[in-house]
Amino acid sequence: MSKTATFERGIHPKYNKELASGKSITRAELPKRIVVPVSQHIGAPAQPEVNIGDEVKRGQIIGGTSGFVSSPVHASLSGKVIAISDFPTSVGKMVQSIVIENDGKDEAVSYKENPDYMKLSADDIKSMIKDAGIVGMGGAAFPTNVKLSPPKEKSIDTVIINGAECEPYLTADHRLMVERSGDIVEGLKLIMRSLGVSEGHIGIEVNKPDALEAMSSAVTGEPNIKIWPLEVKYPQGAEKMLIKAVTGREVPSKGLPMDVGAVVQNVGTALAVYEAVRYGKPLIERVVTITGNGIKEPANMMVRIGTLMADVIEQCGGLVEGAVKVISGGPMMGFAQWTLDVPVVKGTSGILVLAEDEFVSTDDYSACIRCGSCIDVCPMGLNPSILSIYSEKGFFEDAKDNNLFDCFECGSCAYVCPAKRPMVQFMRLAKSQVKP
Amino acid sequence: MAEPKAHELVVSVSPHVRGKETVERIMWTVNLALLPAFIMSVYYFGPLAAYVTGLCILTSVLFEHFYQIALKKKSTIGDGSAFLTGLLLGLNLPPTVPFYIPVVGSLIAIVITKLLFGGLGYNVFNPALIGRAFLLISFPKLMTIWSEPTARFIGLDAKTTATPLGILKEEGLPQLLEVFGDKSDLYMSLLMGSRAGSLGETSVIALLIGAALLFYRGYITWHIPFSFLATVGVMAWAFGGEGLFAGDPLIHLLSGGLILGAFFMATDYVTCPSVRKGQVIFGIGCGAITMLIRLKGGFPEGVMFAILLMNCFAPIIDRSIKPDLFGAVRVKKEEKS
Repeated sequence: MSKTATFERGIHPKYNKELASGKSITRAELPKRIVVPVSQHIGAPAQPEVNIGDEVKRGQIIGGTSGFVSSPVHASLSGKVIAISDFPTSVGKMVQSIVIENDGKDEAVSYKENPDYMKLSADDIKSMIKDAGIVGMGGAAFPTNVKLSPPKEKSIDTVIINGAECEPYLTADHRLMVERSGDIVEGLKLIMRSLGVSEGHIGIEVNKPDALEAMSSAVTGEPNIKIWPLEVKYPQGAEKMLIKAVTGREVPSKGLPMDVGAVVQNVGTALAVYEAVRYGKPLIERVVTITGNGIKEPANMMVRIGTLMADVIEQCGGLVEGAVKVISGGPMMGFAQWTLDVPVVKGTSGILVLAEDEFVSTDDYSACIRCGSCIDVCPMGLNPSILSIYSEKGFFEDAKDNNLFDCFECGSCAYVCPAKRPMVQFMRLAKSQVKP
Repeated sequence: MAEPKAHELVVSVSPHVRGKETVERIMWTVNLALLPAFIMSVYYFGPLAAYVTGLCILTSVLFEHFYQIALKKKSTIGDGSAFLTGLLLGLNLPPTVPFYIPVVGSLIAIVITKLLFGGLGYNVFNPALIGRAFLLISFPKLMTIWSEPTARFIGLDAKTTATPLGILKEEGLPQLLEVFGDKSDLYMSLLMGSRAGSLGETSVIALLIGAALLFYRGYITWHIPFSFLATVGVMAWAFGGEGLFAGDPLIHLLSGGLILGAFFMATDYVTCPSVRKGQVIFGIGCGAITMLIRLKGGFPEGVMFAILLMNCFAPIIDRSIKPDLFGAVRVKKEEKS
């Protein structure tokens, strides 16, 4: 790998991937009960289609879609519905959730298999993806079938599979690429077929040489799919940064990837697409990296959707003495948790537990000294310094005029800030006070 | 399982990991970078240099501390910025000033220029330079007594002389060469610092060693110092001689407070633009005003006023020169078509 592709600016945080990168994916034990939120995605929440007391089977739809941008949810094990009520979720909101008590049988509904899956029509593939409840598994959880159905005037010519996994600590995508490379490539081909695109790319940061090797050998004999070794730099896995690195195209300010003819899907999503189309399997489980110095035995686990974090953590030996912070997702963009009784959902890529030695208090911060470090690293080419000052002083319209809404809250500015300012908080505050 | 209670988990906004850079680390590193220049000031101007600079540092830190205590605020003297202001003020003073000069300078720099504007991050002007400007205008005589750089041999009774830029302005280049020998002797004196001037400005080599540390750490970039120096060099070459393009840029580059100003004061984060493109404009402005004053103004040296004038423009430069927005090129094209 002499030359690596990348984007401009960005940061080099400490990656700490070695905690879990060598751990093969294991199956998590089935929990006593699961809590399945009806909204695990961007868009309209699913509508519960079961009642308390109903017996459900693994793979059964328990929440149906309620609009174009929506996604169904499925039971991830068999058992009895014991509650439908608001429960805490990993993003901090209370969300209506369906609680199922495990009956220990793990009975499944019958899945419709398609051995000839490469002959299916684009519409068939998309409807299977929709019925399987597949959403973007990199974290944003945008319904995949919607992303694969761009308006007619947007012509898509490129599909990119995101194997950058630029968040420190996380290794779920890494392990998937090592262990399931062939299936991911099949998933990519299905996505290309659903869009009528002949060009496929897979971008992988070079700190995962075994994944690069596995994926490279999986695409031998696929002349239309190219593997891209990417520079190790955060946020390389952000959609716009990945498109820039691979195609050289810049998604216009306030625009979407489809404006430059590109669709990006995470490796986990590609695998889910393959399993849904080939085996009829809905999205009822995902790989989660459980890691950090605050966890006794870091692991990569295939976890059923709806399993509580507490149950997953227990299988990893529990928390160490002095664990201070539990994060859903990675350390740069993940959400700190106040309770471990929140479920793993479709977008949960990791459970990160920071011990005291990894923890940085962000309570004290000082005035911006305008050193410009944040400007030098902002991947969107913003001036986070001035945006944070506008937000701090309540000049939200000025923040908007300085391209506030181009910020996707990657946190690079906050990472480098010597005054330890809560930059992401300032951006969110301003965004909440003005209309885009 | 030892499940922590809800109140034991810390909940805060992302990102949950942070880089190791802090304001303290930056400020103390800049202080360290000025150590070579401080040492050379003592070498050339004797113990008096250490006394003047030390008094500036001490009074700067005390003014900041007691101001903040009086206003029931947290004392911020640990961040190293008051120390730095004192150090820079000291290095910008002539060697033989009475004790009240550093005290008044620190008062103006710390209390008026920095703290009354809101403290570190909010001041419009470089505190040390406002302190010096106040002193120069209020005590013009005391502030222009320049000792020869030989105090280490003869103690406090150093002979006084004019600075190289002073000689250049009043008596011209031939006289300057007569004082120093030939041109290479002059360059060597300017480089090493064996010439009259403010305490910390004379030794170019010591200042560059410190500046190298700041570059290595990434605390400063080329944008301000090099555009500043390049502008001075080009203008000195073009207009500094008998005819057009007959000037000697090196004399102007190596003398006065230019090196100290370009690397350590124009680059003050708070009072310069923070967008790199804007910094180039800022540097060019500093260089142009410096040369305007040196060649046409009433003072032999113009670095201080140049930086202070450009400090005024820093906010408007930052508001009008924005970084290159990702995806902006395409938007512009679409708007045109």
